[in-house]
Amino acid sequence: MYSHGSESLIKQAREIQDSELQKFYSRLVKLLQGKELGYEMVDSLQRLHLILSANKYIRTLPPELQKRLQSLLSSPAEQFQVLSSAVLRETLPPAAHSGNYSQENIVQLNGHAAALLLSQAGSRADVSSLCTQLLRGLESRQSEGPTNSLTHTLPILNTILTHNPECLTEDHVTLLSKKLVDWLRYASILQGGGASSGGFFTGPRSRQPVPIAELDGTVSGDFFTVLCVGQSFTEDQWMNVFSFSALRHWLLTYHSVSNGNGTADTDDRSEVDGSVVSMVSATSSSSRLLPPKERLREKSFQYCQRLIEQSDRKAHKKSDADLQKACLVEAVCILDCVCEEDASLVFRAFPCIKALFGRLSSDLSFARVLLPIAQFYLNHGEMAAVDCGSVWALVFGRFPSELFNDPFLAHELLRFLRLNLESLQLRVPQYTHSFPNLLKFLAWDSPAVVDDFVDLLPSLVTAGTAVELLHTLLDLPCLSATLVLQVRSTCLPISEQSGRGLLSLDAFRSPSFRGLFLFLLRGEAGSGDTIDRLSTLHELLVETADWPRVVQCAQIVPVLLHIFFNTVITVADEKLLAHLILVMLERSSLLLNIPKYNKEIHRVFSSHLLRLCKLHPSLVMDQSHELLEFSGATANVYSKEEIYTHVVWVLGEYLSVSCDSRCSVTLITSCFEALEAVLFEITSSVPPPGADCPAPRVVTTLMSALAKLASRSHDLIPRVSLFLSKLRTVTRGGSVAWCSDEEDLVAIVTRGEELWSLLKAPGVAQSVLTPPAHVTTPQWHRDTNVALPLRLRTLTNLTHSH
Amino acid sequence: MVRCFLIHTVCPVNALGAGESRVLYCRVFGPDESLFTDQEREFSPEERRVLQREQTAVVARQVHSAASLSRGAAGRLLMEALPGEEALALQEADSGVLRLRAGDPFPEEMSALWLGVQSLGFTLVCEPHENLLLAEGTLRTLTRHCLEHLHLLGPGSEVLLRSDRIDALLSRLLPHGQLLFLNHRFAHSLEKEVAAYMTK
Repeated sequence: MYSHGSESLIKQAREIQDSELQKFYSRLVKLLQGKELGYEMVDSLQRLHLILSANKYIRTLPPELQKRLQSLLSSPAEQFQVLSSAVLRETLPPAAHSGNYSQENIVQLNGHAAALLLSQAGSRADVSSLCTQLLRGLESRQSEGPTNSLTHTLPILNTILTHNPECLTEDHVTLLSKKLVDWLRYASILQGGGASSGGFFTGPRSRQPVPIAELDGTVSGDFFTVLCVGQSFTEDQWMNVFSFSALRHWLLTYHSVSNGNGTADTDDRSEVDGSVVSMVSATSSSSRLLPPKERLREKSFQYCQRLIEQSDRKAHKKSDADLQKACLVEAVCILDCVCEEDASLVFRAFPCIKALFGRLSSDLSFARVLLPIAQFYLNHGEMAAVDCGSVWALVFGRFPSELFNDPFLAHELLRFLRLNLESLQLRVPQYTHSFPNLLKFLAWDSPAVVDDFVDLLPSLVTAGTAVELLHTLLDLPCLSATLVLQVRSTCLPISEQSGRGLLSLDAFRSPSFRGLFLFLLRGEAGSGDTIDRLSTLHELLVETADWPRVVQCAQIVPVLLHIFFNTVITVADEKLLAHLILVMLERSSLLLNIPKYNKEIHRVFSSHLLRLCKLHPSLVMDQSHELLEFSGATANVYSKEEIYTHVVWVLGEYLSVSCDSRCSVTLITSCFEALEAVLFEITSSVPPPGADCPAPRVVTTLMSALAKLASRSHDLIPRVSLFLSKLRTVTRGGSVAWCSDEEDLVAIVTRGEELWSLLKAPGVAQSVLTPPAHVTTPQWHRDTNVALPLRLRTLTNLTHSH
Repeated sequence: MVRCFLIHTVCPVNALGAGESRVLYCRVFGPDESLFTDQEREFSPEERRVLQREQTAVVARQVHSAASLSRGAAGRLLMEALPGEEALALQEADSGVLRLRAGDPFPEEMSALWLGVQSLGFTLVCEPHENLLLAEGTLRTLTRHCLEHLHLLGPGSEVLLRSDRIDALLSRLLPHGQLLFLNHRFAHSLEKEVAAYMTK
């Protein structure tokens, strides 16, 4: 497909020498002068296009060539229109640019020349003038004139409107609204071109106009829409297609803006009064009296209702069936849009939408159609007092649990959640409990949707579900593996032939482990934070640790954990935070064994443990028992070095009376003893088989922690000093079994000496190692005693004394 | 509205770094958006073009990355379809949709739908409230036509030298970036015009 040949072509085009290029230009000019529009011309133009587009820096063509190419834009042969337009698009517009603009009338240009003009627009004014020309052309249009210029009007206007809705005046909007109504509602219902149905005996006389048909072949009984077919089409039927294609954008641009101008029209409205809300649907017979915008709204409404009815028919071709789905989406969205604007339409629209929902809700292949319906319910359900329970059961229940592997549905559903977050949190109570289901999208295809979850996760963190959410996030790779197994299990027969994934698949299918997997696959939170046999589950899934989905998932978990912790401190009380610390300690050894995963999670835990304890130092006291137990286990030094270091640090830092008055001497002493024991052990023996030497940071942190604790309970000082001096003696003998690097050893010993000399003066040690609050949180600029401006003023006064 | 349509590589290219994608065809629709954002200074046409090229390069790179990850996760082997097997190649194609955040690289948020057919990616960048079902269908149709009329399953370089065919195709099926609701009769009519152009 993409070959070496293409690469070298691009290289040649980029590296063409200027002299060669000039020769090429002059040859081209000669060809263009000759007016012989043959194969050589086409080939040369194509090569020119490649040369110009191969570079990101723009080139200027010689003026003669530019002029000739410009004239080629109106060539009768389409290929030259296309080629010249493409080439000119890659060059700088000519210097007399603005002059060009007012001269060209876009209405008379073909589609390709019009595209060029649009792309060369240099300012807002240019674009506005294009707009004006197009609309003038529309206004003054008689039945003559090339068809293509008319069909391109709507797309061009539409693309301009995306950026610059203000370029249409109120009159323009009115004009276009009227035109749109004509094309949408009053297009011809006969097939175009006088097409005969053929046959041997049909002659010119029997060429009667044939009515259009529906997609299932029956003769159409109502006005023309995009879902009507015929042998060939008239111009206004084409405009019907273009109008509907542009309709939603038009309505969103000009109708969703709450316009004060609308109130001026209410005097004209005799029939449809917005303040009278009618449950019985009003007939539209009086719509002729409505002003243009409101009339367009009414006709759009009717068009959409007709489309919804037409979509129930069984189309003969698959492409038409797909189009029916797309039309349903569009129709529901347009109905939503017009109902936003005119609330009285809600009562007319709801029966239709409800019926549609009833028809489609059990068919998962229409899931993407049901999302706009859910949006409609969310926007208008309250007003119409309709029960939306079954809608949310689908969106938060069946869709994530059964369609997690549809990337388009995932994208649209998550987008729906992002856009309606506030509304959902208010109206859908089960939203915050639906995270086990929603996270399935993430577990299946992390790279594609992690961005959406970065935005959504904070809304799912509540005090009631925080612990369960933490466990679920930590086990996201397990969920990933389970979903893969689930998909494999349904695809492959029971007698599994391929060797890969055999053990875990067996486990997935076996009844004795079913409960474990079912817990992971649960749809709602609330049935328990996690399972007891988590380690069993991890063992069963050990072979999945190198599956691509599992690995991708493991990579994004740390990011989500950061978001989780950043959010949870805003909603949690101290009791919950203490519980979370407990979970962190427990789970640090209970994770699926994926390379680097454990280390990354430990790092996240460590940084947040630190942060939590800094914010609420009394947490250390609350969880002192667990923290002590954790720090007293020597094995943790080797297997969970990062967390261990931080646990020891927080113990040393925050286990003091100044942080929490419940702290007693006994507690400090027992903590001291636990840490002392570990320090002795790791500095007196060889590390256990399979483990590296303890990192120097662990040793120094232990020493510092001991010193800090000793500074608070002075009886302990002699014990520390003794240890530190012993350490100095031992290490003087040279290398030790527990430290492989000489520089590290020197650093450790230096730290030991510093602490030893500090502890010789207990009072000083206390103020250095357990500083009071006003020292650790300086307020230089806020404290009147030490504020810099004050000091400066004082100094100035002293030195400039008059 | 569709902002742009790209054809680019989704396979490693020797001349480029890892993860880089070569853009083989790029068509941006509509007036340049930098005209309408409030800038401190106005961009010159040269600067605007460079900006546009860099934006499309970013999109191509992101789609390349998404396609590689998706293919890796699916674990399927890439089968090489031969010329004539366009329908099969399309059926086997990977597809997905990417969220492009506001500012990365377009000023507003966009959705990039992509189809990966062997070593080439076909990408439509749409505004987010666009009808993605319709966009997906349109992308598949465009890709099918590109595969057929540019003989992309063969070893040639027609995508570079016959880009006018893609322009003609887009002017019918995606005029100025407008997605069209075409039933099979309307589509047939347009495809006849396209076929007539291609045979010239």
